[in-house]
Amino acid sequence: MLFKRHGGVHPKDMKAPANETAISTIPQPPEVVIPLSQHIGAPCSPLVAVGDEVKLGQKIGEAKAPVSAPVHASVSGKVVKIEKRLNNLGNMVDAVIIENDFRDTPADTVVPASEEDLGDPEKLAQLIREAGIVGMGGATFPTAFKITSGWGKVDTVIINGAECEPYITSDHRTMLEHPEELLKGIQLIMRACKVDKAYFGIELNKAFAIDLLNFHGAKAMGIEIVPLKCQYPQGAEKTLIQTITGREVPPGGLPAAVGCAVFNTFTSYSVYRAAYEGMPAIERVVTVSGSAIAEPKNVLVRVGTPMQWVFEQTGGFQKEPFKIIMGGPMMGLAQYDLSVPCAKGTAALLAFAEDEDRTVENPTCIRCGQCLGACPMNLQPIYMYMYEEKGDIEMMQKLNLMDCVECGACTYICPGRLHLTHAFKTGKAKIQAYNAALKAKEEAEKAKAEAEKKEEK
Amino acid sequence: MNEQKTLIVSSSPHIRTPRDTRAIMLDVLIALAPAFIASIVFFGWRPILVTAVSVASCVLFEFGYRKLMKKPDTYGDLSAAVTGVLLAFCLPPTAPWWLPVIGALFAIVIVKQLFGGIGKNFLNPALAGRAFLLASYAVLMTSWMPTNFQHVDAATFATPMASLHQGALAPVGLGAMLLGNVGGSIGEISSVALLLGGAYLVYRKVISLRIPLSFIGTVAVITLIFSRGNGHFAWMLQNIFSGGLLLGAIFMATDYCTSPVTPKGQIIFGVGCGLLTVLIRYFGSYPEGVSYAILIMNLTVWMIDKNTAPRRFGTEAKKPFAKLFAKKEKEAAK
Repeated sequence: MLFKRHGGVHPKDMKAPANETAISTIPQPPEVVIPLSQHIGAPCSPLVAVGDEVKLGQKIGEAKAPVSAPVHASVSGKVVKIEKRLNNLGNMVDAVIIENDFRDTPADTVVPASEEDLGDPEKLAQLIREAGIVGMGGATFPTAFKITSGWGKVDTVIINGAECEPYITSDHRTMLEHPEELLKGIQLIMRACKVDKAYFGIELNKAFAIDLLNFHGAKAMGIEIVPLKCQYPQGAEKTLIQTITGREVPPGGLPAAVGCAVFNTFTSYSVYRAAYEGMPAIERVVTVSGSAIAEPKNVLVRVGTPMQWVFEQTGGFQKEPFKIIMGGPMMGLAQYDLSVPCAKGTAALLAFAEDEDRTVENPTCIRCGQCLGACPMNLQPIYMYMYEEKGDIEMMQKLNLMDCVECGACTYICPGRLHLTHAFKTGKAKIQAYNAALKAKEEAEKAKAEAEKKEEK
Repeated sequence: MNEQKTLIVSSSPHIRTPRDTRAIMLDVLIALAPAFIASIVFFGWRPILVTAVSVASCVLFEFGYRKLMKKPDTYGDLSAAVTGVLLAFCLPPTAPWWLPVIGALFAIVIVKQLFGGIGKNFLNPALAGRAFLLASYAVLMTSWMPTNFQHVDAATFATPMASLHQGALAPVGLGAMLLGNVGGSIGEISSVALLLGGAYLVYRKVISLRIPLSFIGTVAVITLIFSRGNGHFAWMLQNIFSGGLLLGAIFMATDYCTSPVTPKGQIIFGVGCGLLTVLIRYFGSYPEGVSYAILIMNLTVWMIDKNTAPRRFGTEAKKPFAKLFAKKEKEAAK
């Protein structure tokens, strides 16, 4: 029972090359770079100093703010530097650099949680927070905060196994190789959310994973596996909720507004590992693929491993890379420096050769309207783009530009090769700046009026 | 990373569909091929000459104008070639070679390029070119010829549209109309060929069925209800399968640039085209109304689009033209 929805495009899924082999491990890098901010919310302050010995899984950064997640050492060794490093967003952020001693000595905190703790939602949420678990699909929203803020509002947990972006197969491999652990992790999330119903949405190109999870008794655990049509952006949060439950998240609202909470597949697996093995979020299965990659595959990568190391250890490039992307090809971020470390939300590292490039010198709109048909949010990209180019903020707001989820479907389908998504990102910034300025002006006028009133008195 | 060449950084998404403007226009050209072949079968070599001159002059004017104005070349996107074919398709097969040249000049330079080129013009270039020629060379534009399989005296020959305009059924069978064994413009005679092309466009997702179906459907309903001559259905079928209705509904009204982009808007546009077509056919002084109907509706595209925005995700649906209705309701309340 699926609900009809609007929009979507069908890019070639390109998943086959990386999908054929099991998840493999690569040698650890001699040095890991652990950014102190790998998630949405407040950045962490370091708990260690240069020269300290750290153990595997030891907490090395923490923030007091509710919307945040701690970071952990992904190898054992010695802290050699704490300095600003480039992260995947292109910002210089504080990072702890650890020299690897290749011993993987676990920290004292790496112990399985007691059965008692696993039965209590509050303790579970605390455990998830302490393990530094964030939305591993790329959005990196702190999972514990999502759980606790949803108490009393959320009645349905949705696990996102759509993996609708082309090339990425890391969640698929996780489903195939760790089905039981994954289901147990989902059960823990359900318990933490105080909910007894979960839907696990999986696109039909992972039919075998669907069967496997059903075979492992998903139904008996209260988890309904929902096969989804293969269509991008099937796994976009609002889209997924709508397809599975028929509920539409109101503009500007969070999923909790319609009683839903969405968690990524790998997030669920990380919850399992944190609860039953005591291991915090220090690893991520990463799909290494793309036309420039010699041997596409899925590898288990420690958080903080520089991209360069991952590429070197997985067989390197077969063609000169033209563009390197951290994340999927539709929403991932292009990187210009291979020293950028993999973070908790890095699901894929893609390298494309130049022959994949389809940018043109003079993008021209031919008014075909395909962007309207592709938009999952029912927007009108063609007109939003027009007014963004003119800088007409009023019209941009009228066309609900702020509703854009930046999925890139319109830009993918555009035959005129317009940079639609890019324009909407800048448009959002323009609207925010405009509204902030408007607010500041209003406040200033208010203050002035009050001051004048005082003078009159 | 010294050994590495510079990596490109750009905003997501990083992949794009292989179907660009050129691929879409090529699909339109392919879809027009059956009608072109049909015209050669029924009219001989003349359609080849007219179409070739029309396409060549359209592409040449597009190239020349862009060069003169020092703007980037756009003839490679094939949109000028499509305009050329469509312009030729609405000329009579007897047209002298220079007629399409003048039409192309008007269509490409004045209607299309002066407004900024592809995607910016608000009138369908081919139809505007035809309207210009019809106004300037009325006799040349209405000199029809019989097909190779008709044994009629050319001087007294009339197109089915002419009889329909008199309020009488045309003396040709439905089979002849479907195949194209009737008089008329180069591209409009063979209904089967046009439908074939339309099916290809729908299959390739170049066009949706909204505009053609609402356009043809409206004409069908009105001509059925207000039929003339003897026989409701025969009147309706002759109205659908004669004249430029299919050519207009499938290839001209669906022109991206001059039709609405919203789904609701496309249906309103199609219905409007159908309504105007019948009105002109019934009450106008010209026998055919398709081209003027589309040109008039072209002018309403902006208004239609503005008032038929799709429902915002997560909110209740708004009625199309909500503002207009709200005003009326207010007035009624007063």
